[in-house]
Amino acid sequence: MAKYDISDVQKSPRIPALIERMYAKMPVIEGARARLITESYKETEGLPLVLRRAKAFEHILKNIPIVIREGELIVGSSTIAPRGCQTYPEYSFEWLEAEFETVEKRSADPFYISDETKAELKAANAYWKGKTSSDLALSYMSKEAKDGINHNIFTPGNYFYNGVGHVTVKYEEVLAHGFEGYLDRIKQERETMRVGDANYCRKSNLLTAMEISCNAVIHYANRYAKLALEMAEKATGARREELIQIAKNCANVPAKGAKTFYQACQSFWFVQQLLQLESSGHSISPGRFDQYMYPYYKSCRENGLTREFAQELIDCIWVKLNDLNKCRDAASAEGFAGYSLFQNLIVGGQNEQGMDVTNDLSFMCMNASMHTMLPQPSLSVRVWNGTPHEFMLKAAEVTRTGIGLPAYYNDEVIIPSLMSRGLTLEDARTYNIIGCVEPQKAGKTDGWHDAAFFNMCRPLELVFSNGVDAGVQIGPKTGEVETFTTFEKFYDAYKAQMEFWIEAMVNADNAIDVAHAERCPLPFQSMMVDDCIKRGLTMQEGGAVYNFTGPQGFGIANMADSLYAIKTLVYDEKKYTLKEVKEALAANYGVGADVEQTAKIAAIVAAQLKAAGKNVSESEVVQVVQSLTGGANAAKYAQLRKDIEKIPKFGNDILEVDAFARDVAYTYTRPLLKYKNPRGGQFQAGLYPVSANVPLGAQTGATPDGRLAGRPVADGVSPSAGKDIYGPTAAANSVSRLDHGIASNGTLFNQKFHPSALAGKNGLENFVALILTYFEQKGSHMQFNVVSRETLLDAQKNPEKYKHLVVRVAGYSALFTTLSRSLQDDIINRTEQAFRG
Amino acid sequence: MQVNENQKGRIFDIQRYSIHDGPGIRTLVFLKGCVLRCRWCCNPESQEYAIQTMKQGGEEKIVGQDVTVGEVMETVLKDRLYYRRTGGGITLSGGECLCQPDFTRELLKAAKHHGMTTAIESMACAEYKVIESILPYLDYYLMDIKHMDEEKHLAFTGKRNGLMKENAKKVAESGLTNLIIRIPVIPTFNATPKEIRDIAAFAATLPGVKKLHLLPYHRLGQDKYAGLGRRYEMAHITPPTAEEMEPLLQAAKSAFPYEVQIGG
Repeated sequence: MAKYDISDVQKSPRIPALIERMYAKMPVIEGARARLITESYKETEGLPLVLRRAKAFEHILKNIPIVIREGELIVGSSTIAPRGCQTYPEYSFEWLEAEFETVEKRSADPFYISDETKAELKAANAYWKGKTSSDLALSYMSKEAKDGINHNIFTPGNYFYNGVGHVTVKYEEVLAHGFEGYLDRIKQERETMRVGDANYCRKSNLLTAMEISCNAVIHYANRYAKLALEMAEKATGARREELIQIAKNCANVPAKGAKTFYQACQSFWFVQQLLQLESSGHSISPGRFDQYMYPYYKSCRENGLTREFAQELIDCIWVKLNDLNKCRDAASAEGFAGYSLFQNLIVGGQNEQGMDVTNDLSFMCMNASMHTMLPQPSLSVRVWNGTPHEFMLKAAEVTRTGIGLPAYYNDEVIIPSLMSRGLTLEDARTYNIIGCVEPQKAGKTDGWHDAAFFNMCRPLELVFSNGVDAGVQIGPKTGEVETFTTFEKFYDAYKAQMEFWIEAMVNADNAIDVAHAERCPLPFQSMMVDDCIKRGLTMQEGGAVYNFTGPQGFGIANMADSLYAIKTLVYDEKKYTLKEVKEALAANYGVGADVEQTAKIAAIVAAQLKAAGKNVSESEVVQVVQSLTGGANAAKYAQLRKDIEKIPKFGNDILEVDAFARDVAYTYTRPLLKYKNPRGGQFQAGLYPVSANVPLGAQTGATPDGRLAGRPVADGVSPSAGKDIYGPTAAANSVSRLDHGIASNGTLFNQKFHPSALAGKNGLENFVALILTYFEQKGSHMQFNVVSRETLLDAQKNPEKYKHLVVRVAGYSALFTTLSRSLQDDIINRTEQAFRG
Repeated sequence: MQVNENQKGRIFDIQRYSIHDGPGIRTLVFLKGCVLRCRWCCNPESQEYAIQTMKQGGEEKIVGQDVTVGEVMETVLKDRLYYRRTGGGITLSGGECLCQPDFTRELLKAAKHHGMTTAIESMACAEYKVIESILPYLDYYLMDIKHMDEEKHLAFTGKRNGLMKENAKKVAESGLTNLIIRIPVIPTFNATPKEIRDIAAFAATLPGVKKLHLLPYHRLGQDKYAGLGRRYEMAHITPPTAEEMEPLLQAAKSAFPYEVQIGG
């Protein structure tokens, strides 16, 4: 008998109906949580902080409005409006007040906010002035850290303004024993304590805070049970029965252990929802859902649960994961575009003994993503040498739908990589992924996986300016470019700038880290992560078994190509001097500054002139700046750019360039490793930008790889857009030559495919082989964008937005926008056919 | 097996991750020069043996390059791990690779030497002894048969089809390679059930032939005609739709009792 059933079941009509209602309106910002936490804080002044946090959580859960949406089987909503969000003024609030009038109209992730809510938030926010975690973090930061942020070398924005999230808790404990189980455990823990223990007073307060949290959650679920019963009285037919069942579920879980698969689903959901209501963090990741849910599935299937109903429940959870939302500041929203909460859910992989544990649910989770076609959960699959082939084919089928999921992860790289960071073999084997691509052990780790984005291009700009940015000496003086007589000297200057700014970023992260511990400890979350109870510390204070800080570097491809171009043109061929390159970069290769840059430069110049006592308007300066295209030298600069174009680029399977890129990546990954965080853990690098490569690229001048000022920086470890011209195997070979093992906070390799490459069984087989061969060469992560028909239609209409869109069809590959209209039409039609194939 | 790595030949492109021309993941090497002048040819730059310039995306591009077997293999071998996993390898396309017999043979030999599968896309339009010399190194012969009618063949491709039909039989009878017959389905030329059925019936007489591919006409080469300063005579022809392909598929199946598929 097969170990698992891979067949799909029909999607329930309930699912599209739930989705339609959820997406009917723009998401809304609600004010209840901000008001409630403020009320509670005002009443608990003077109490130990951890108790204040627990009491505030309790006050919120007792009073926040609740709702059961039409047709829902899994209940629990943090807002009345679907996909709405609450606010978290204890972390930061000024940005939102500043955006009250624009948040509805901004391009990335707009939210509606009513005048009543604005007033409600304003009243609550007033209390938090000077009391937020971001206020405290800022006060702890060094000058270097602030310079790095203000001059866009790196951005720690995520945790600076928000909760940390980025955790997978022990869902399995709640499913098995409920929060009453946790209350018992806390009681047992108390019995081991002596009043004379050094940590007695802190620990005992923390345990009390956890008890308050447990009871608050149980009470919250009971509110739903009561609401469901009230609604059942007014309902008729099948819905009445459903509501009665919902009431029964909520009366039992998450107070007690789940008796059925349905209850396990409901219990899971309350944990998932309330973690986010406690802390505002994103990337709170369900992790190995197919593993901890399986015992309930298996026993219920043996007792009459149909596969259809089980699938419907999973599909309902998938929909609910999209009900949670978060409003970020406008700049961050661009970096995380798409309302994403990065709730990463991973299927497949190995158990503690290293055996494959693919099961029915692994396949049903993939089916759920195909049924719902929604961005959440961020579905991931674990791949290793023992992964069943049909599992890979199923994952490839999901990829073919064009939703950009799942992401593929390589156990063969990740497990040893985690062990090199101190995880036990068993913990490494049972890893899951947090957020985008960050591996860790669930229920034991505070990984701070999304600590910052570090733009590797900016230190190179500072090499050219000898540490000066926008007229201010912010970086070390690494020397005037004329003094770099050898490439090694130039490269050393880059390394020196990198080291300096990496240390500055570490300072910024550690300042924020301390601020979270001192202002926002999280007893509810900490209870479900080992070894917080035993140690009597919250996660924020270092209670977790494994502690890391993982800031991401990005722009490796740009830097590899840039340094390689300089080595070739300036030092090997001696065609140009470094000074000429510097001038060409300043003049943006003779193209001149774009509008945004011009405005920025103009503002700086105008301010400086004003300070010097000369009165000049910004518009006058704009005129001057616009003329700065290099003047008589413009043609020479354009020629330099042409010469750069011809130099081999990373991503084309050229050993020498790839080896260069590997070394360039080390300039980021290696220096980080020597730093420690306040929770007693280590810094570790990730190499990926989420979507920050676009907004942060806009703040980066021209680079010596030929990239113009303001253009996006390369995406993760992927080659620069449009520079990989030899297809997916060449790019995969190149990327695999980076050291993925040392980037233990994750790497991200994106590939774009035309769906014809995945058509039919053959297409899937070859696609799977591509992934497995990349992994065989020690790549860590891979994900795919399959170009949809809609994308191509949009590219026809807006060619300027899709300059780099390569379509690859049998026997021919080209930039889509350069093709003739009839040819584009043919390719669009082929796209459709491939989806049918 | 002695391989002459220094054997020279002329190619105009190498394309990796090709998945429609033989089994698995393959690298396509396009040889320059062809004996036919098919009106629908999607690689018009392949036809002349001479090195040409072609405008592409506003820039002049040199089409054609003289290379050695060793140089080609350096690129081909970059994907050997992918071939190993999928049974893939090298496919020689063109043009007509048989126009450069020594180069073709040495490339195939080199590929076999490195343990990958070999394939050619070819019309078999050469003396049989040329074909015979490469068969020991050839795993898959993807042979185009475009039409059974001599005159129509002449009108649309510039040559009669007698030699090719003869060679198809000989290749099949040799039993030395997996012969797969491919029919380019070209509206106004052969896209009727009768014409397709005739070709399929011929394929059915070839011993050992178990696969027939119908390759629907596409216009993806049309921009290249303009780039070469040539007129594209098929500009008014639209590719057959899935609905139009269906009766042709049935016609082929009615005359060919083995596997018939649309696409490579």
